[in-house]
Amino acid sequence: MKQFAAFIQKEFFHIFRDVRTMMILLVMPVVQIILFGFAITTEVNNVRIAIFDPSKDAATRQLTERLEASRYFTIVRILDSPDTIDEIFRRGEAQLVVVFGDRFQEKLQHTGEASVQLLADATDPNQSTTLTGYASSIIGSYQQELTERQGIPYRILLETRMLYNPQIKSAYSFVPGVMGLIVMLICAMMTSIAIVREKETGTMEVLLASPMPPIYLILAKAVPYLVISIFNMGTILLLSVFVLHVPIAGSFFGLAVISILFILVALALGLMISSAVETQVAAMLVSGAGLMTPVMMLSGMIFPIESMPPLLQWFSALIPARWYIAAVRKIMIQGLDLRAVWLELSVLTAMAAALVTISLKMFKIRLNN
Amino acid sequence: MREAVIYTEKLTKRFGDFTAVDHISFEVGAGEIFGFLGANGAGKTTAMRILCGLSRPTSGKGTVAGFDIYRQSEEIKKHIGYMSQKFSLYEDLKVWENMRLFGGIYGMSSRQIGEKTETILKELGFADERNTMVRKLPLGWKQKLAFSVSIFHEPKIVFLDEPTGGVDPVTRRQFWELIYQAANRGITVFVTTHYMDEAEYCGRISIMVDGRIEALDSPAALRQQFRAANMEDVFQQLARKAVRKVD
Amino acid sequence: MPAVQLRNISKSYGNLRALDSISFDVRRGEIFGLIGPDGAGKTTLFRILTTLLLADNGEAAVDGLDVVKDYRAIRNRIGYMPGKFSLYPDLTVEENLKFFATVFHTTVEANYDLVREIYQQIEPFRKRRAGKLSGGMKQKLALSCALIHKPSILFLDEPTTGVDPVSRKEFWGILRHLKEQGITILVSTPYMDEATRCDRIALIREGKLLQIDTPRRMTEQFTESLWGVRSNRMYPLLTDLRAYPEVKTCFTFGEFHHITVKADFAEEKLERYLQERGHREIMLRTLVPTIEDYYMQIAQTDTL
Repeated sequence: MKQFAAFIQKEFFHIFRDVRTMMILLVMPVVQIILFGFAITTEVNNVRIAIFDPSKDAATRQLTERLEASRYFTIVRILDSPDTIDEIFRRGEAQLVVVFGDRFQEKLQHTGEASVQLLADATDPNQSTTLTGYASSIIGSYQQELTERQGIPYRILLETRMLYNPQIKSAYSFVPGVMGLIVMLICAMMTSIAIVREKETGTMEVLLASPMPPIYLILAKAVPYLVISIFNMGTILLLSVFVLHVPIAGSFFGLAVISILFILVALALGLMISSAVETQVAAMLVSGAGLMTPVMMLSGMIFPIESMPPLLQWFSALIPARWYIAAVRKIMIQGLDLRAVWLELSVLTAMAAALVTISLKMFKIRLNN
Repeated sequence: MREAVIYTEKLTKRFGDFTAVDHISFEVGAGEIFGFLGANGAGKTTAMRILCGLSRPTSGKGTVAGFDIYRQSEEIKKHIGYMSQKFSLYEDLKVWENMRLFGGIYGMSSRQIGEKTETILKELGFADERNTMVRKLPLGWKQKLAFSVSIFHEPKIVFLDEPTGGVDPVTRRQFWELIYQAANRGITVFVTTHYMDEAEYCGRISIMVDGRIEALDSPAALRQQFRAANMEDVFQQLARKAVRKVD
Repeated sequence: MPAVQLRNISKSYGNLRALDSISFDVRRGEIFGLIGPDGAGKTTLFRILTTLLLADNGEAAVDGLDVVKDYRAIRNRIGYMPGKFSLYPDLTVEENLKFFATVFHTTVEANYDLVREIYQQIEPFRKRRAGKLSGGMKQKLALSCALIHKPSILFLDEPTTGVDPVSRKEFWGILRHLKEQGITILVSTPYMDEATRCDRIALIREGKLLQIDTPRRMTEQFTESLWGVRSNRMYPLLTDLRAYPEVKTCFTFGEFHHITVKADFAEEKLERYLQERGHREIMLRTLVPTIEDYYMQIAQTDTL
């Protein structure tokens, strides 16, 4: 036990003496949360919109003019056919498309009802909600004016569709994403680098030739990064609650359980990488390319999984961070408890069990060659 | 003596209060093999950096290959070769790619590089290894190759910084034959080493202690002067006088 | 029971045969030198004996314990200094020593007697980080770390490579003292002058054991007539000597070229021959062979 304690102490020396790396590890989550927080736009100005107007009558013209007159919107295209809507979104030409029903004025006058559809690109969920909100209120005030002027209760039926992110996940769903990323970075990447460094300095050879059980080496490497990860999780949650005002809606206990499971997965991945490579640079590249990129691209952190092609959706199921992020979103943002994340919990448990077993098997009590 | 290719007079380098190189004066002639010895921290590396045009002395005079060490360091670099045990060749380049690279760095034409590559590969008996990654060569071969590359552009002087650490006697001999051959062609060889048996290959030797040159002569004359059986004894006698602690 | 026993140990990496059926014993309490060039298999042999590698064939025992079955027990009893600098550069001298003591279930105080002589030399720098020490100091610290648990056998893989002559001499003095305290030392080196400081040496080359004996008896086996030659032009001298019919072998050896000669060799004849070829300041003298001459000889006859 004394051996183990001495080993952990040594690991902390390594970390504290590399001041630059330590600062990066501790400050990075703060910077990420703050950057993401500011990147969320709540102000809307001159947003590009497109109009599809099959009626082309006085009412739709008046509505179009009011949209154009507001400082929120700029009409960039008048569409000839609804087929081009998808393309417009994909090219990013417009963020909102207003689709009027056919024979708008005629229907309005004869039946008292006409329809307008608002199509929004919801990949930025926060902004799309704001946009449709503004557009509805412009249309709503037009409806009210009309009613007051004519004394007849007109109704403009408004249908809003959020494209590409139908459930309009909360804008703050990046907080779980950052948590997933930080854990991967610190537990997997830093652990693998720390173990490989022993190979590079030649100390691994001396340690293996000593009576110290190799499992101590692995555990002692993991402990400091576990501590740093927990510290970082704390920072992220505090920032999220007090700076971004995103409260932890669900159970804190549930959040802790799922996080520890995920940390185990990350540590096992780090250990596997360290068994496979011989240099710190290789460890960094493998964990960077092999772990970070999928976490950012395929875990739902940035791009919603539902809007990915089926093949990528299937692939994303293999990425532990996807399950972790999904579970944290449910607990933290939607306010659910552990029972609601049983699927994520079991997938992560299975992954943790498998990876820890494999990585311990891979770790050698002798040298590779 | 033959024409001096290295000439220094009271060359001094200070870092703050610390005098790394303390008024050293010596000359090295063309085609001479000159051993530059000293314990760790005696000031060898600093002196060598000045001579290679990498560092400006604090005071004193000096020329290398006829160029002034204060004003013409770029010219000096063109006319010297350098090899150290730590860095010499790119391990992940092939043998001929290393040659082309270093030839190119010293501004040789493709034709010159091509001809020279052929000559060297033939001389070393490496013709079959042209396309081998340097990483895959045995250490002794690497060192021979590294030396050949360091004199690829026919410099006036080649600086060898502890070139043969860790090689066995057979390879060491092959290496020294290459050095003799280069010196015979008129290339001056300036070599630092920790191995005294190696020092005996040199025509003349200087031994630095605490930044000063404490002895300078041929191995035989030094042995006589210090009444020593071998260079190891000479060195031990001098190095023990060091006041300056290595660390 | 010998301290180390090897029986037909072989090890290959793919097609490369790193060790080819090596057998020898290291006696208790001796300094045993493993001499050979880079790539001879010295490091592989060390790693097999320190239980870090498994041999393909053969058996080996350290302190009477099998290197495969009893690897845990062996790891308690040996001290190992790998060829590469193997300390933590970001830990101080003191911290390194303390750490390795704990790893070996002991404390610096408990075994201070054994390392005192060495450690006292680096003690003034005990608060310095190991990465900032000079080569000689690093080597002494590494030796202290390898000794701190009072091993019965010490394995030192090229401990003096890149270290200055003063430190090297001190280092061999330290090894002598350790031997006096009953520690068996297995040390490898590419330097022949260090070979003579060992009690017995084994010459290895390309994975094969060439010879094993005391340094003195090895030089006695050198039966050729050995001469040293020098002149004002050493490089042409080399080619001229090799072209001379009565010269069998000719190698550079520092100030002199060493030649072995045939029975009908005559000193005056060679001198005349060299003078005709334009050599001046010719010196010619008979020599007592050194271990290095012997090594050159068997390395030649054994060209693989």
